[in-house]
Amino acid sequence: MRNAFGQPQSVLVLGGTSEIALSVVERLVAARTQTVVLAGRNPSGLDLAAQELRDKGAQSVETLVFDADEPSNAQGVIDQAFEKAGGSIDLVLIAVGQLGDQDLLDNDPDGAAALFTTNLTWPVAAMTALRSKLITQGSGHVAVIASIAGVRVRRANFTYGATKAGLDAFTQGYSDSLKPYGVKVQIIRPGFVRTKMTEGMADAPFSTDVGPAADTIVKGLSSPASVIWSPPLLQGVALVMRSLPGVLWRKMPS
Amino acid sequence: MSNHQELLTGWGNTAPSLADVVRPRNEEEVTTDLQNAPGSLIARGLGRSYGDAAQCAGGTVLSNRGLWNLTPIDPLTGLVTVGAGVSLDELVSISIPAGWFIPVTPGTRQVTIGGAIAADIHGKNHHVDGSFMNHVRSIRLATPTGTLTITPESEPELFWATAGAMGLTGVVIDATVQMIPIETSYISVDTERFPNLDATMAAMASGDDDYRYSVAWVDCMTAGASMGRGVITRGDHAPKSMLEGKQTRHPLSPPASTKLAVPFTPPSGLLNRLSIKAFNEAWFRKSPKKRDGEIQSLGTFFHPLDGVDWWNRLHGHRGFLQYQFVVSDAHGDVVTKAIELLSSQKVPSFLAVLKRFGPHNPGPLSFPMKGWTLALDIPIGPPQLAGVLDQLDLMVGEAGGRLYLAKDSRLSPQQFRAMYPQLGEFERIRKTIDPQGLLASDLSRRLGIS
Ligand SMILES: Cc1cc2nc3c(=O)[nH]c(=O)nc-3n(C[C@H](O)[C@H](O)[C@H](O)COP(=O)(O)OP(=O)(O)OC[C@H]3O[C@@H](n4cnc5c(N)ncnc54)[C@H](O)[C@@H]3O)c2cc1C
Repeated sequence: MRNAFGQPQSVLVLGGTSEIALSVVERLVAARTQTVVLAGRNPSGLDLAAQELRDKGAQSVETLVFDADEPSNAQGVIDQAFEKAGGSIDLVLIAVGQLGDQDLLDNDPDGAAALFTTNLTWPVAAMTALRSKLITQGSGHVAVIASIAGVRVRRANFTYGATKAGLDAFTQGYSDSLKPYGVKVQIIRPGFVRTKMTEGMADAPFSTDVGPAADTIVKGLSSPASVIWSPPLLQGVALVMRSLPGVLWRKMPS
Repeated sequence: MSNHQELLTGWGNTAPSLADVVRPRNEEEVTTDLQNAPGSLIARGLGRSYGDAAQCAGGTVLSNRGLWNLTPIDPLTGLVTVGAGVSLDELVSISIPAGWFIPVTPGTRQVTIGGAIAADIHGKNHHVDGSFMNHVRSIRLATPTGTLTITPESEPELFWATAGAMGLTGVVIDATVQMIPIETSYISVDTERFPNLDATMAAMASGDDDYRYSVAWVDCMTAGASMGRGVITRGDHAPKSMLEGKQTRHPLSPPASTKLAVPFTPPSGLLNRLSIKAFNEAWFRKSPKKRDGEIQSLGTFFHPLDGVDWWNRLHGHRGFLQYQFVVSDAHGDVVTKAIELLSSQKVPSFLAVLKRFGPHNPGPLSFPMKGWTLALDIPIGPPQLAGVLDQLDLMVGEAGGRLYLAKDSRLSPQQFRAMYPQLGEFERIRKTIDPQGLLASDLSRRLGIS
């Protein structure tokens, strides 16, 4: 069960090798989390992460392998995850996603569509499968990792940005639909976080390391905020970004 | 959402969960509800426990408010048989005019008999009279394996397991309670102010036994030499001879009902460190340095907050919690350390209440035990709060103390086990009446009570 601070005892991560998500879960394990299910694509990466969480004190860590290129598997993944968690899950962290290389995607129709499948279509299918589970269990919390890149898409990564914009918009309505059932839904909008996903890329403005990003997110998960910005000052930056005229926006360094 | 589903929280307005609510009106309907529950079930009274004790996410919550039988109080013995859904407020409104008072009075009258038994509530007289179950003579209890009447003589194990069991041994249908005789509905009150915590605790340790009722309010927001300055109020039921003027005309008048209500939930943060500090300051200053023999009505003495309905809403959308622990006399220093920790970590606390308890009763999960109990009302919000309270849990646990489940909303299963060494015994008794574990609440799941 979640306690008065919203600290979960059981957590499911979809995208179970995401560095940000794992760093968040580590912190949750240090508080109240005992049961973790890590679901992702890379079995050895999941096993490694699972062992690390066990070492940090988690009582039960299970892994579940799936590929987000096939939305029809989403229902099965959710069913299995609940089974592995022992029937109920307090927090579902949705961290499925790839960045893609925009230069290649510019001329790769299949690649662009595949990125949408992984980053948007699959998570949407999974969240839809999740809905009835959470309503039946009578409580729960879903946190979806979107991105500042979805707030206003940029030339440099617009395919990625658009997938996140879609996920963000879907999550807003999803949140409203679950409110009457006591299920809390939050959107996490991180800025540029230095991880393996962003390896080799030049730092964008307001970049953070994984640790501080996870600290901000964990704090946000306990708050009533509908959106968690990481770092928090991105909230103000986003306001400016949204209101810049297109001519100026396109001149921003990318 | 089906029309009998409700999103429920405790008094602290935290961790809501959805459940099917059933409202049985008698024993037969309770039995049917127990049999028909598709999943887990827990009883609920007026929702005055602070955390998740009266919630059952995805299951059934049985409102006890339809269990409303009330036989007249036996004028010779003071015994009364009351439905589990009757509130203490409703009971005293008929008992006081007849010259009887409830044996244990918590800080609000808005709790039901079922809730009073389930939490084995204590009042300002614990050091003299013990807790609620010490005054219960028999209980009609509906369990998943049958309904039975339990007394301390006929079913000592189940009877005492039910004390503080937070509903996990079954649904109380009604109970026979030993009331106490009173000549008037007034208390003769002595009030005294002390400059710091040591002085407050010393005065309580030496003087409490001279009074039936005693409690101290302690200021946790003032650091330095005045840390823990306190106001002790102590009293006894006033005999008729002490009344004057208007009071003599109606020596036995029931408490007036609620006057004010907080109609909506203001934004969180209305009660913040500054406003709480100012409140504590004002409370301390308005209290007399020393005043003896003041005649106060029962309502004023016991329930100053019942004058404002739904005052919990003042804490805003994030809700609040109460942290109440008890430690033995030998570990009274934990009280000091707790207040020091909160103050150094800048955690605001509103109305800290300090009391002395008498001995523990045989209930394996009953909270009170001989020593000191401190209750702190804390708004949710400060990011450091969760960690600070975890630290406090360790201090309390290491000192052999424990937290009060009726107030808890955040304890970990590990610390809970350490604090309640008789848990194993409780779980063994529980298995005999609920082998399938049908009775469960958000609290029992959170704390891992099987
Ligand atoms: C302002 C305030 C002051 C308080 N002061 C004190 C105090 O001084 N001393 C003290 O001891 N407590 C105090 N409390 C706590 C309160 O007395 C307990 O939480 C009490 O249990 C609340 O009763 P309720 O009817 O609201 O029950 P609920 O909060 O609805 O339920 C509490 C528990 O009782 C169980 N329960 C309810 N009905 C039944 C039933 N028929 N059969 C079996 N189980 C049942 C529930 O399952 C749950 O576990 C205070 C609370 C408030 C809000």
